[in-house]
Amino acid sequence: MQVPAHVEYEKATSVEHALALLSRYAPGARVLAGGHSLIPMMKLRLAQPEVLVDINGLYGLRYIERAGDELRIGALARHADLLSAPLAGEHFAILHDAERVIADPIVRNWGTIGGSLCQADPSEDLSAAFAALKGSMIVHGPDGSREVPARAFHTGPYETVVGPAEMLTEIKLPIKPGCGSAYLKVSRRAGDWPVGAAGAAVWLSGNVITDVGIGLTALGAAHFVAAEAEEYLRGRPADDEVLARAGEIAAQHCRPGADQRGPVEYKRHLAGELTTRVLHVAVSRARWQKAPSSRARETAHPRRAPGAPTAPAGFAPDGKNRHHIGRESDPFPGGHPPYPPR
Amino acid sequence: MKITVTVNAADYTRVVEPRLLLIHFLRDDLRLTGSHWGCDTSNCGACVVWLNETPIKSCTVLAVMADGQRITTVEGLAAAHRLDPVQEAFAACHGLQCGFCTPGMMMTARWLLDSNPDPTEEEVREAISGQVCRCTGYENIVRSVLWAAKHEGGDHSTGGDTDEPRLRAAPP
Repeated sequence: MQVPAHVEYEKATSVEHALALLSRYAPGARVLAGGHSLIPMMKLRLAQPEVLVDINGLYGLRYIERAGDELRIGALARHADLLSAPLAGEHFAILHDAERVIADPIVRNWGTIGGSLCQADPSEDLSAAFAALKGSMIVHGPDGSREVPARAFHTGPYETVVGPAEMLTEIKLPIKPGCGSAYLKVSRRAGDWPVGAAGAAVWLSGNVITDVGIGLTALGAAHFVAAEAEEYLRGRPADDEVLARAGEIAAQHCRPGADQRGPVEYKRHLAGELTTRVLHVAVSRARWQKAPSSRARETAHPRRAPGAPTAPAGFAPDGKNRHHIGRESDPFPGGHPPYPPR
Repeated sequence: MKITVTVNAADYTRVVEPRLLLIHFLRDDLRLTGSHWGCDTSNCGACVVWLNETPIKSCTVLAVMADGQRITTVEGLAAAHRLDPVQEAFAACHGLQCGFCTPGMMMTARWLLDSNPDPTEEEVREAISGQVCRCTGYENIVRSVLWAAKHEGGDHSTGGDTDEPRLRAAPP
């Protein structure tokens, strides 16, 4: 029987109260949100906080909203909230792609976005997604709040810039028109951690890539980012050769480690292949964003080459991108963005 | 620490250690042993109960986190001595063999059908994808959930030999 070691427990009633508790007990206190990473760590004695500061009562931190040119996600938003928020999928399909393959529906009901980020597992999916989208995190501490770029949030495996008396309160994602984004993950079975995963956000001007973000998960990319591949893509046309080359560059520069999920060679192969594939999907979606008049024609029934691999979850070529329990209104009322030809 | 939790519409006040997991609170403190304690790592789903309106894995939630909240366990599924259609479905479709995963499966199935009364087979499979069954190969569980969807609202006929529901909960 695995149970956590003895621990004290405090229920925070406001962000200020939570911060005061964290300050009082620092460095022995930990924020308890969904607890779906922290409690298993406590069972294994990998984490042994003296005091848990429960923030589940801070309902004000559970939101997904648009404010000006930003999508804002409260740190206490549950994974299921993000998956079922049409606002999120409408602007950033990558978020729904990623959420659909994070753990399982029951875990997603209680695990939080902020908790996942602060756990900073190198195999965590949203870290790569937010890095691709070039978002930022709002961290509150005793001296006020600060904004940290998503790409500077993680300082190493299981380590972030959040100090012992600080807490993450919000994730901000800049909304720039014409963004196409996607996330692809390879895992051994439903709900498992990824063997490897890649996310991409692409902005096009005509056929030229004006800006791009590529996030890699579980593949040993520094700060979850494939920076060299991004650099290569900027200013180049979004054609097959260029996207294939970007994949090669991403594979070349990442540093995956061998574990029970696969050897280095296989993971490096995945880094390249997933990067190229996810760029294709992101580019297709960016084009679709730019050409709303042709949506109906383009998205009627996207074709796949005969013998092409089965579409990963979330990319079902049936023209639908449905929430798993049907509670989500269709984020693409005009039809789903095109599935890429393989 | 003193907590009050509403479980299956009854209030329970107990003094618990903060480190006590919700599943152990339900099983050991309240003696509600319908919810099963399985893998301990939030993988198997045998411990699924509802926290307010949503199913959660109670091996990965502390009992103190449920203070002031509503918990629904498999013991709370049947209403007025009549089984829930999901429970009838598992009996009618042979949705269980050893029964260990069944309470969690049924709690998730009830949640799915509440939000999506007419799910596809794929939606059923995805809804229970965080739950492990080592007996059935999932076929009969999926069939059970789809059967329950067709027999919501009192139509519990199982195929013609009787108009009565096949099963009733034991009288009090």
